Amino acid sequence: MRVLVTGASGFLGRAVAARISAAGHEVRTFQRRPSGVPGVEDVHGSITTPADTPYAGLAYAVNGMQAVVHLAAKVSLTGNPADFEAVNVGGTRTVVQAAADAGVVRFVYVSSPSVAHAGRSIMGSDALPAAPGQARGDYARTKARAELLALAADAPEFSVVAVRPHLVWGPGDTQLIDRIVDRARHGRLPLLGHGAALIDTTYVDNAASAIHAALDAAERVHGQSYVITNGEPRPIAELLAGICGAADVPAPAWRVPASAARAAGSLIEAIWRARPGTDEPPMTRFLAEQLSTAHWFDQRRTRADLAWTPEVSLDEGFARLAAHYRPAP
Amino acid sequence: MRVGPRRLPVAISDPAALPPAGLPGLNPVWSRLTEVTESGSAGGVTHGWHLLDNGPELDALGVIPVGTILCVHGNPTWSYLWRGLLASATEAAASGAPAWRVIAVDQLDMGFSARTGRFRPLARRVQDLGDLTDALELTGPVITFGHDWGGVVSLGWAVDHPELLAGVMLLNTAVHQPAGDPIPAPLRLALGRGILGPATVATPAFLATTLALAHPPLSAAVKRGYRAPYRTSARRGGIGGFVADIPVAPEHESRAELDRIAEGVRLLASPTLLLWGPRDPIFSDRYLDDLVERMPHARVHRFEGAGHLLAEDADYAAAALLWLGDAVVSAPLEGSVSGSGSASASVSVSVSVEPSETPVSGGLAAWAAAGTHPLWHYLNELQASDDTALVDMQPAPRAVSWRLLSLRVRQIAAGLVHIGVKPGDRVSLLVPPSADLTAVLYACVRIGAVVVVADAGLGLAGLTRAVRGARPDFVVGAAPGLLAARALGWPGRKISVAGFPGPMARLIGVEHTLAELISLGQARLSAGDALPAEPAPSDAAAVLFTSGSTGPAKGVVYTHGQLSAVSRALFLQYGVGVGTGLVAGFAPFALLGPALGARSVTPDMDVTAPKTLTASAVASAVAAIDATVVFLSPAALVNVVATAAALTPADHAALAGVQHFLSAGAPISESLLAQAAALMPEATAHTPYGMTEGLLMADITLDGIRAAAASVAQSEAVPAVARDGESVPAPPNTANLPALDTANPAGGVCVGGSTATTRIRISALDASGASVGDLSEEPDVTGEIVVSAPHVKDHYDRLWLTERGSRRGGIPGERWHRTGDVGHLDSAGRLWVEGRMPHVIVTADGVVTPVGPEQRIETLLDVSRAAFVGVGPLGTQQQVAVLETVPPARRAHRAPEALAAAVRSMVGTPVAAVLVVPGLPTDIRHNSKIDRSRLSRWATGILSGGRWVKP
Repeated sequence: MRVLVTGASGFLGRAVAARISAAGHEVRTFQRRPSGVPGVEDVHGSITTPADTPYAGLAYAVNGMQAVVHLAAKVSLTGNPADFEAVNVGGTRTVVQAAADAGVVRFVYVSSPSVAHAGRSIMGSDALPAAPGQARGDYARTKARAELLALAADAPEFSVVAVRPHLVWGPGDTQLIDRIVDRARHGRLPLLGHGAALIDTTYVDNAASAIHAALDAAERVHGQSYVITNGEPRPIAELLAGICGAADVPAPAWRVPASAARAAGSLIEAIWRARPGTDEPPMTRFLAEQLSTAHWFDQRRTRADLAWTPEVSLDEGFARLAAHYRPAP
Repeated sequence: MRVGPRRLPVAISDPAALPPAGLPGLNPVWSRLTEVTESGSAGGVTHGWHLLDNGPELDALGVIPVGTILCVHGNPTWSYLWRGLLASATEAAASGAPAWRVIAVDQLDMGFSARTGRFRPLARRVQDLGDLTDALELTGPVITFGHDWGGVVSLGWAVDHPELLAGVMLLNTAVHQPAGDPIPAPLRLALGRGILGPATVATPAFLATTLALAHPPLSAAVKRGYRAPYRTSARRGGIGGFVADIPVAPEHESRAELDRIAEGVRLLASPTLLLWGPRDPIFSDRYLDDLVERMPHARVHRFEGAGHLLAEDADYAAAALLWLGDAVVSAPLEGSVSGSGSASASVSVSVSVEPSETPVSGGLAAWAAAGTHPLWHYLNELQASDDTALVDMQPAPRAVSWRLLSLRVRQIAAGLVHIGVKPGDRVSLLVPPSADLTAVLYACVRIGAVVVVADAGLGLAGLTRAVRGARPDFVVGAAPGLLAARALGWPGRKISVAGFPGPMARLIGVEHTLAELISLGQARLSAGDALPAEPAPSDAAAVLFTSGSTGPAKGVVYTHGQLSAVSRALFLQYGVGVGTGLVAGFAPFALLGPALGARSVTPDMDVTAPKTLTASAVASAVAAIDATVVFLSPAALVNVVATAAALTPADHAALAGVQHFLSAGAPISESLLAQAAALMPEATAHTPYGMTEGLLMADITLDGIRAAAASVAQSEAVPAVARDGESVPAPPNTANLPALDTANPAGGVCVGGSTATTRIRISALDASGASVGDLSEEPDVTGEIVVSAPHVKDHYDRLWLTERGSRRGGIPGERWHRTGDVGHLDSAGRLWVEGRMPHVIVTADGVVTPVGPEQRIETLLDVSRAAFVGVGPLGTQQQVAVLETVPPARRAHRAPEALAAAVRSMVGTPVAAVLVVPGLPTDIRHNSKIDRSRLSRWATGILSGGRWVKP
């Protein structure tokens, strides 16, 4: 199969492109920077460039493809709302349209469980419909709208499936793991709340294999959304301790009440929005909620429909992370 | 005193109307209006009725109803009360179950039916309902379903329409007001002069009071639904009319009609279901008693905790549809080859028959053939013997001969008959174990009275609920029991075992003393009066109460035949028979000594605090009767072992004569049993497995426990865990591997083999944790433990739904009881208990039972006790361990990473979280049964990010 992967320079995108390529498919990638994945054909460009622009990279990239895995997105805790809108909603619309026009028959949209999350605890529920009206923050809101518009394009000859990996992590992750480790190393990583909230996460290889499985199953499960996790919820404090342990940095030793963290997150978010610069605020209300309430999911439908089970357990993931951080001999 | 409409505001006429849209739970398609001519009226007066009817929905589904449920609301509600039944009935029909048409009316002047401008007494209302069913051209079979005063109206209709009637269902109602008995206080208040109009019509006070009776409280939206037709005083006239129509006095104009209905229901042979909420300040249990007395064939379920608005408090609709399926619809598919035939095609209307053992006819021959004797057998056989029957240790040891015990039993029996105790009457015994208790108990059972035995371990609130629910006609008590009975308003005529000074006796309402009964009885016996005929084996003999550790205490009814079978089981298992000396420190067995011909003694102890029993007291009791058998409770055993240092050489000598010693009532550790056994070096130590519903199902000795532990260590077979409804073949263990703790992953507590007359089977669990498997003896399959024995209980008392759920059918003529325990049998036929059914954890990968993981976690040195629970939705639950640690934690917290890792390595299956608490919640009585359901709710809160509170 000829597969286009967008956003393949990101942490998960790289793993997905590598996985699908290794499975014997012909993979082309599309993003602004080199993907760094051996054996794939990189096409450089931006999904925010209108598809009908002459010589736009996207039209070239999607040409001749049978399937698209769309990962390219603006993933950030804060930022200019217009940017989220342009990349996540406008970009997805462009990619969906280009794929349909090019005669692509399978389309996997990589979404996020936050598209259906209203800020309360999630304990063992299955994927609910994306709800932009309830979503917390610009990222979740725009991802929710993008998922809805991708699924709206689902048709007999154009199978669209949405997958929502939750908290993807692994060696080489600059978004989540490196930041946790960096803050912990400097003693600036607090525990929000009492740290017992159960959180399910996804080891990067599992997320990649699940997306691959969704690509294989697309014609069978089109029109559906699936949350993807390891299926091993743990108290958030244990997860942080596992990550810190793997990197050999001290685990969080002090805690901030969850309510205070939420309030502080809102305040810091507002200040960051007003102040110039593009760096990320240290805490947002969304993050505070994410880290102090339970987030774990019913994986039965996902595993049955996609004929997929995670290959790497949580503890094996920590071991691989430790190997990554261990200084080379 | 005539109470009538004149005290009410002038009634106003108003036509029927449809309810407003948007009332919660009310589907607008059910509502319709119909005009009905009033019978007996000159010139054809018509009234508009509003009713709910799911008929059109059933038509749309293309199903033919098997019958019609005619629902009549009470005061001050309306057909809205029945919305749940309409929804459930339609849903059931849509899913292929027999289709019931439900018609729920708004009585005239009520709900959205017309305001007729005329006072409508009971007789008129019964005719009104008949006028409506005539107008609807309703054909049979019809099941009436009434609540509150609507119950009376529906019964009136039932009495008048025998040709259509196929069954009767009622929620809290009454058809009879005993002359001289005060009517319920709330109604008395409402009927007070100057109160009736303002309370019921001018203000919505009566309506608001009724709506406040729901448990838990109604939501604001549902309250709005109930209030919808009664928004103005003009629309509330009917509420006042209903209250005014309560026939408080014999002269009341509706009294004759009420009496006619009350007598008429005695002749109704139709199947009857009474669903009752005991927390009802108006229709208390005495009205239920009256209904049962009139309709003795009725099935009864009391929903503990529910009240007057039972329809809001409990799932009455499911219960009603279940009962209709059992009692009224005979399933045509059963045993038929047609397979897909429509269930509605063949309906037979029949009186249901109590599913019970083949009735054994009375007479000693039948008892003897069954290998059992009546409970009073040895009291007759040994009545001339001067051998000791029992010894009272308090205040000083006192021996009672068989001759004296037998005489006392006959005297008390005659005395009870004299004061009016009849066969079937219930007698609550609030007497500590003693010669008095034994004599009264055997006197009661001899004359066919049913003894009610509730354990003080229930706590006062639990005991009150139990005694009230058991509705004793008589209470025999010592001072503390009678004072409690007085203070807490327990029902029944009071008999004291001790004499009280006159004023005191009057104060606590004592009618008779035991001494009086004995002399009254002796007078009768001297006059040549014979005792009444002996009860038959199938007659009820006793109501025992469950511990309440698994929900509200339930009354368990035993027949004479079943209690005799308990004696037989004790004889067969422990050799307790004529001449055996028995120390009876465990209540249910203690009372059976005389039935076995054994010489029994209750050691000196406070029965409400078994842990006060000392080793010396046990030794004294043993010495007093040369006991060879000792029964104790686990709680008592702890203190007996702790006080062993005080034993004298003479005490040790006495204890050395004990041959069997038994700890019954709750699980006990091997080490405690071993320490106790060391005090009785010649004795075989036993722990039986059983429950109030089946007292002696399995038995294991100390040696057996050790052998079972050894077999686990050597086990080559791994018990299968149910997964996807099938048992997984046991993977072979590598022969050379050292014995691993994981060799027995299902784990459990070995409780031994079944007792002589008991059969134990397993009903395998499916992937959802339901015990659906065929009854099987296949080893190493985890499922619900199901038992059958002649000494298993007859039924739960007034808990039809619970009884139905506890029965496991399948084999005609056999009674199988679901224990609610989960476990497996091993290849040697031994039973292993793995936990309680509601505590089974249903993960996405299959079911996990708690005891095995708990046992493995408890092998960790810094864990003293563990509970293994599930959090999250069934089917995708996560496993959570909750620990008591050494040393104990001061407050609840998340286990440190190292401890969590150790726990995970012991368990084997994925553990989401490990939590530590200062103490695990356990039952009051034994302090050993962990409340895992409560821990699961607690852990769910913590693990969702909630506050750390105490479990």
